[in-house]
Amino acid sequence: MSDLLPAADDAAAAVARAHRAEWARLVGSLTRRFGDLDVAEEAAAEAFAAAVVRWPTDGVPRNPAAWLTTAAQRKAVDRIRRESKRDARHQEARMLQDDTPPAPVGVVDDDRLRLIFTCCHPALAMPSRVALTLRLVGGLTVPEIARAFLAQEPAIGQRITRAKAKIKAAGIPYRVPSADDLPARVSGVLAVLYLVFNEGYLASGPSTDPVREDLTAEAIRLARLLHGLLPDDGEVTGLLALMLLTDARRAARVREGELVALDEQDRATWDRAMVAEGHRLVRERLVAAASGAPPGEYQILAAINAVHTSARDVRDTDWAQVVALYDQLVRLDPSPVVALNRAIAVAELDGPEVGLAIVDRLGPDLDAYHAFHATRADLLRRLGRDTEARAAYDRAVALTGNAAEAAALTRRRDRLT
Amino acid sequence: MQYLVSVIDDKVDPGRDDREPLISAFNERLIAAGHWVFAGGLADTDAATVVDNRGERPLLTDGPFVESKEFLAGVWIWEAPDLDVALELATEASKVCDRKIEVRPFL
Repeated sequence: MSDLLPAADDAAAAVARAHRAEWARLVGSLTRRFGDLDVAEEAAAEAFAAAVVRWPTDGVPRNPAAWLTTAAQRKAVDRIRRESKRDARHQEARMLQDDTPPAPVGVVDDDRLRLIFTCCHPALAMPSRVALTLRLVGGLTVPEIARAFLAQEPAIGQRITRAKAKIKAAGIPYRVPSADDLPARVSGVLAVLYLVFNEGYLASGPSTDPVREDLTAEAIRLARLLHGLLPDDGEVTGLLALMLLTDARRAARVREGELVALDEQDRATWDRAMVAEGHRLVRERLVAAASGAPPGEYQILAAINAVHTSARDVRDTDWAQVVALYDQLVRLDPSPVVALNRAIAVAELDGPEVGLAIVDRLGPDLDAYHAFHATRADLLRRLGRDTEARAAYDRAVALTGNAAEAAALTRRRDRLT
Repeated sequence: MQYLVSVIDDKVDPGRDDREPLISAFNERLIAAGHWVFAGGLADTDAATVVDNRGERPLLTDGPFVESKEFLAGVWIWEAPDLDVALELATEASKVCDRKIEVRPFL
């Protein structure tokens, strides 16, 4: 088929492919060379814009990465020359930037990794880290990021500009953290990626699609990139597995505008390749855990999802295993939300009455959380306590921000007698 | 780079007042490592006077320029190669002073 496509389409596809494969590397190497995220971002964007114009007429270069690097470096040098005429002192500062390949200071030395750690620096506010990572590492445009988070374009643009200005003014370094700091800093990066994924998976705006595929896909792509750079980090592997095993169920998760609970999903529509990849990663971590590497939270959550996705039917779920994993998770994260999820598994293993007793004890902490009321409502319904169930469904509907979830809760409520 | 490092105290929930020896020892280490540029504790905000001579004649006001629960109790100026180094020192400083620390770069 591709032989029949006109050359322009081939070139456009090649640009898109190069953008996915090379954007982060390009921004990363330009940042190291010129010591300035602004210059790097602009030069990379201009290089791709030039490729869009040149490649259809000149043909796709044999080495697209080299072509883009040369074009971007030329753009960056042009900009610096332009600015140096305005500001000689600035120019002097830039010239101090190192031009030679860096001495390996971190555990792994890669420009993309430096870029990720800089964008996810703990001195930046979480929304800034998210926007900056999607722009500079993910290569999303400002309008794309604004659309994804239902924000105004100028607001996102300003957030990115401010974050870049802070990185420069405050001296946030462009390097991979030392081995001592690495676990804490990696967990900060994972928090950013998980937030992007969750915003895609359970979009909070009332008027959005219930599942934002673009965001979950981008989060998985970034997690894959990080996993490629830090293959031995258990939590990176765990988060990638967790995302894959969650996203594999996407097609089954929404039916006619309604969120479908795990026990009602059509398991035949789960993405088998994603499930298989997720299971392979979880097994890899189980082997590591057996040799003494205690699993972190993402690995345990991935293992829980591996148990769910291993069952052909919800009745085949190994609930004892799920509860055991939640027991492990509670030790690492004794938060009421984890306790709530554990209670759901306990209800499957020991019956709704036992589950409800645990859930009710969480009331003071979780009264404003929609999932608390939804869980209570389901357990009360199963116990035949319909009046209380109805009231709990009402609370859950009032508190959820997701339209598809509200629809599912309303239907369950209306089935009560 | 140079950073202004502010020690922030809280009127309602003040930090402990037995920190002097620890701070002195910390200052010695800052000096030895080449980070120390300046350090100084500040008198109570009640001792402050604000001067405003933007108008026709100077106006003196008794007290700090802004009344707040949190206030500046002291400052350092540190020399550090980048923010990560400054933040690591500030993490230690917060323990040593038993107070919050703000790290702000000079232009």
